[in-house]
Amino acid sequence: MNQTPALVRVFAYLSLLTIGGGMAAFPEMKILTVEVHNWLTFPQLIHLYSVGQMAPGPNMMMIVPIGAWAGGVLGAIVVVLAFFGPTAVLTFIVGGLWNKLEKWPWRRSIQQGLAPVSIGLLLAGCFTMAKGAILGFETATIAVVVLLLLLHYKINPALLILAGALIGVLSFTP
Amino acid sequence: MSETYTKLVLPRDADTGVVQAGVSIGQIFLEFLIIGATSFGGVVPYLRGSLVTKRHWIDDKEFVEMLSISQSLPGLNATNMAILVGQKLRGVLGAVVAIIGVCLPGAVIMYAVGVFYRSHGDHVWVTAALKGVAAAAVGLILYTVVGLSKKSLADKFDFVFMALTVIAVNRLHQSVPHTLVAVGLLAILFHRPRKEPRESVDR
Repeated sequence: MNQTPALVRVFAYLSLLTIGGGMAAFPEMKILTVEVHNWLTFPQLIHLYSVGQMAPGPNMMMIVPIGAWAGGVLGAIVVVLAFFGPTAVLTFIVGGLWNKLEKWPWRRSIQQGLAPVSIGLLLAGCFTMAKGAILGFETATIAVVVLLLLLHYKINPALLILAGALIGVLSFTP
Repeated sequence: MSETYTKLVLPRDADTGVVQAGVSIGQIFLEFLIIGATSFGGVVPYLRGSLVTKRHWIDDKEFVEMLSISQSLPGLNATNMAILVGQKLRGVLGAVVAIIGVCLPGAVIMYAVGVFYRSHGDHVWVTAALKGVAAAAVGLILYTVVGLSKKSLADKFDFVFMALTVIAVNRLHQSVPHTLVAVGLLAILFHRPRKEPRESVDR
């Protein structure tokens, strides 16, 4: 069955939810890609997202393999266009206007009001992901250590994810 | 490019000494392609290093302003910044090549990752590594949440709005758009413009 129209619909919709960061769209991404369309499993979604943090560039390029699995190279291209197109157009239009609205008092209100909501959306995405990624004492420890290291030292996060892979191999291979 | 056009699009640059005239479409694409290929661990610091420090295409004040717009709008910071900077430098075409440049390397890499994962994803070593990677990623997201909270949550009620958002999505299973409209409107109204700016707001 041709998945292209569904890929466009799902990723264009998810695109508009990424306020504050890609993680904000994660809970709905799980529902739509895993439960509704069965393009991949929940563990696969978590794996792609996590590995995606090691790749350079915008941190949601994990959508590419989802598109590729569902619809080949065309699926991959379609997904990228659907996921980045709508917000690109919106930013282009609003970006131009926003500077002109510098004196508009509500501009500040909107920014201040959206800040806690967007952080809440990130946290909600984080909890959704943690349900599939934090499976016991060892994985919880890895997450907490990464958080503490980042809070106290200036370390490139991609290196810590890589270190996570190493620790994973050392501690989870039977 | 006519003088009027320059003034219209770049009103502030005359007095900041930012080099923006004569940046070609090719240069914009190449610069964003390099950022897209080298920005391991988060794009924003690389953007600043490249666009502000190295190329002087925008100044620090503009960078911070563009970043705050990027954060308030849907879309990733990296791609929204590409759009805003590209737009500032060369209009629509500048924005288009900037976003393509910043996305292309990561997209190709993740395509390859997808192919590899499909064929070797169930290997014992790969599964074990991914378990560690996923746990580390959770730590990274938590760090992002902590960092953003420190930076942009000024009022104790902001934490209430944050908690309401989490509860709506995770516990009540509300869709993100519903949550965004409901809690977002409440928070915006709470931060509505006042004649006398409050202490906590007017830091």
